[in-house]
Amino acid sequence: MEFKKTKVLKDNPTHYCPGCGHGIVHRLVAECIDELGIRERTIGTAPVGCAVLLYNYFDCDIIECSHGRSPATATGIKRVHPDKIVFTYQGDGDLAAIGTAETIHAANRGENITVIFVNNAIYGMTGGQMAPTTMIGQKSTTSPRGRGENHEGPPIKVCELLSKLDGVEYLERVAVNSAKDVRRAKKAIRKGFTNQLGDKGFSLIEVLSMCPTDWKIKPAEAVNFVEEDMKKVFPLGVYKNRSGD
Amino acid sequence: MMAEKILLKGNEAMVEAAIEAKCRFFAGYPITPQNEVPETMARRMPQVGGTFIQAESELAAINMIFGASAAGARCMTSSSSPGISLKLEGISYIAAAELPCVIANVQRGGPGLGNIRAAQGDYFQAVKGGGHGDYRLIVLAPAGVQELYDLTMKAFDWADLYRNPVLMLGDGLLGQTAEPVVKKKYRPACKLPKKDWALTGCTNRKSNVVKTLMLGSVEALADHNRHLVQKYKKIESELSLVEEYMTDDAELIVSGYGMTARIAKGAVKNARAKGLKVGLIRPISVWPFPTDTFKRAAEKADKFLVVEMSNGQFVEDVKLAIECKKPVEFMGVGGGWYPTPENVLEKIETVLGG
Ligand SMILES: Cc1ncc(C[n+]2csc(CCOP(=O)(O)OP(=O)(O)O)c2C)c(N)n1
Ligand code: SF4
Repeated sequence: MEFKKTKVLKDNPTHYCPGCGHGIVHRLVAECIDELGIRERTIGTAPVGCAVLLYNYFDCDIIECSHGRSPATATGIKRVHPDKIVFTYQGDGDLAAIGTAETIHAANRGENITVIFVNNAIYGMTGGQMAPTTMIGQKSTTSPRGRGENHEGPPIKVCELLSKLDGVEYLERVAVNSAKDVRRAKKAIRKGFTNQLGDKGFSLIEVLSMCPTDWKIKPAEAVNFVEEDMKKVFPLGVYKNRSGD
Repeated sequence: MMAEKILLKGNEAMVEAAIEAKCRFFAGYPITPQNEVPETMARRMPQVGGTFIQAESELAAINMIFGASAAGARCMTSSSSPGISLKLEGISYIAAAELPCVIANVQRGGPGLGNIRAAQGDYFQAVKGGGHGDYRLIVLAPAGVQELYDLTMKAFDWADLYRNPVLMLGDGLLGQTAEPVVKKKYRPACKLPKKDWALTGCTNRKSNVVKTLMLGSVEALADHNRHLVQKYKKIESELSLVEEYMTDDAELIVSGYGMTARIAKGAVKNARAKGLKVGLIRPISVWPFPTDTFKRAAEKADKFLVVEMSNGQFVEDVKLAIECKKPVEFMGVGGGWYPTPENVLEKIETVLGG
């Protein structure tokens, strides 16, 4: 197989740190949009977070949202253009802290959108503060002694939480720390988009991803951290597939 | 044919005007005294093929508007004071992204949870910013249900023309008062620009981006803000709505906005009947502020009296407009209460007597 540029991704070099997962996730989203031939009817949302400059890389209509509010903004867009393909791209701080309400309610309304949720267990852009997904014992600049269960509470597991909502169509947790995982992640993202094409409702793909910079470890170790630490707390798999196909 | 005249509450009139003006997207969250707006929208929008969403919060509602407007739809949200505070984050983004929309604030008593009675304590928030950063809203303050209906229709056009949010600044009294309204057919108030910036999918064109982050060179944000300032100057030079009543020979000019000004107008009429030389200036657009009208009046009148349902916000703009060249007396009624024409007349007599 030949590795080619996608039509959706522009030629601009990204600003992501070496070893960061965002670039891989961008590539997967772009490949899916290309393969489904939907670039010209896709409208994306950029978050506040490391992926805020997403519009510099994706060549489709994009709106940059305020922190956490992407699901609400995407709701507005999708209701105005039900025939367009609308996706949000959000970090864990964005989706599971400041935007928890927007996430839960868009999911519960069954908004026919595709949410790409990049979980790197930390606030990347602002320099490594604790995220709602930071794990017990994991150090961050605002949990310097490691996140404690009693003080900060255990990490929020978004797929598990949303799986309780009847309005949700599809939830899957994937990772991008190995070639095998990347292939699976792509399948899940693709399904998230085909669900929308079939008017099935709310799909969310949680992607466990690396942030070597704010984890303060080397990229190779970051890959292991996802494998050894994150996957134990955030098990991969399909958490909901309402229509079963 | 007789024009259709029906009895509507202010809140309902806003909805009918919006729908007549082709608004097809509304998102809101309940708060008294504006609940008839989402309630009527919920009933009316499906009848015209539009969308009504009861959002999970004001934050969500305004961000739905952010999306719907970016997608090119005529859209509206409404709330009352505490809810508008929550919407401010989104309003700043919408203003920064230069997206058109109409936002209604049916003011209630504050600060905090305050009460649900009519008040005008959100004037600063409406005209001086409220949200973060350098932005302006076009702010319209009608003094009756018919005017509210007419201005709401126009608000959508001005929002589109200037690519700027328009705030309808009412209060509980206006929202809850029922008056006969002549329903007018919508005709655009101006030539409307094409929405070639809207997010509709990039079929046969370059992709569109709606954003408010201005990184890059140090000048990027400064340039954008300069552009906004130019736009606001243009709006100031083109849009000024004001009612003047018996100001020609007036020794005392009474001023206020919205329903307070309407009450004050009653007092001015009664004062005239008593032979007192009193007039009224009522800004209808409170931003842009009709500064020139006040300046001209200050050349002739001896004194000003400002009446408002708050403890002194609008009065500052009057003083600024007349550059403090004449004394400005103040009558503030706070806490969710409104003055009667008798209260105002009494004050007029004191001011003229003193
Ligand atoms: C209202 C508001 N609060 C806080 C911020 C600051 N902020 C920017 S990015 C960010 C955290 C982003 O973390 P996450 O969503 O996990 O994405 P990542 O950068 O890790 O990809 C925060 C708190 C902001 N921009 N707006
Ligand atoms: S800080 Fe972390 S998430 Fe952000 S670009 Fe760098 S590695 Fe990626």
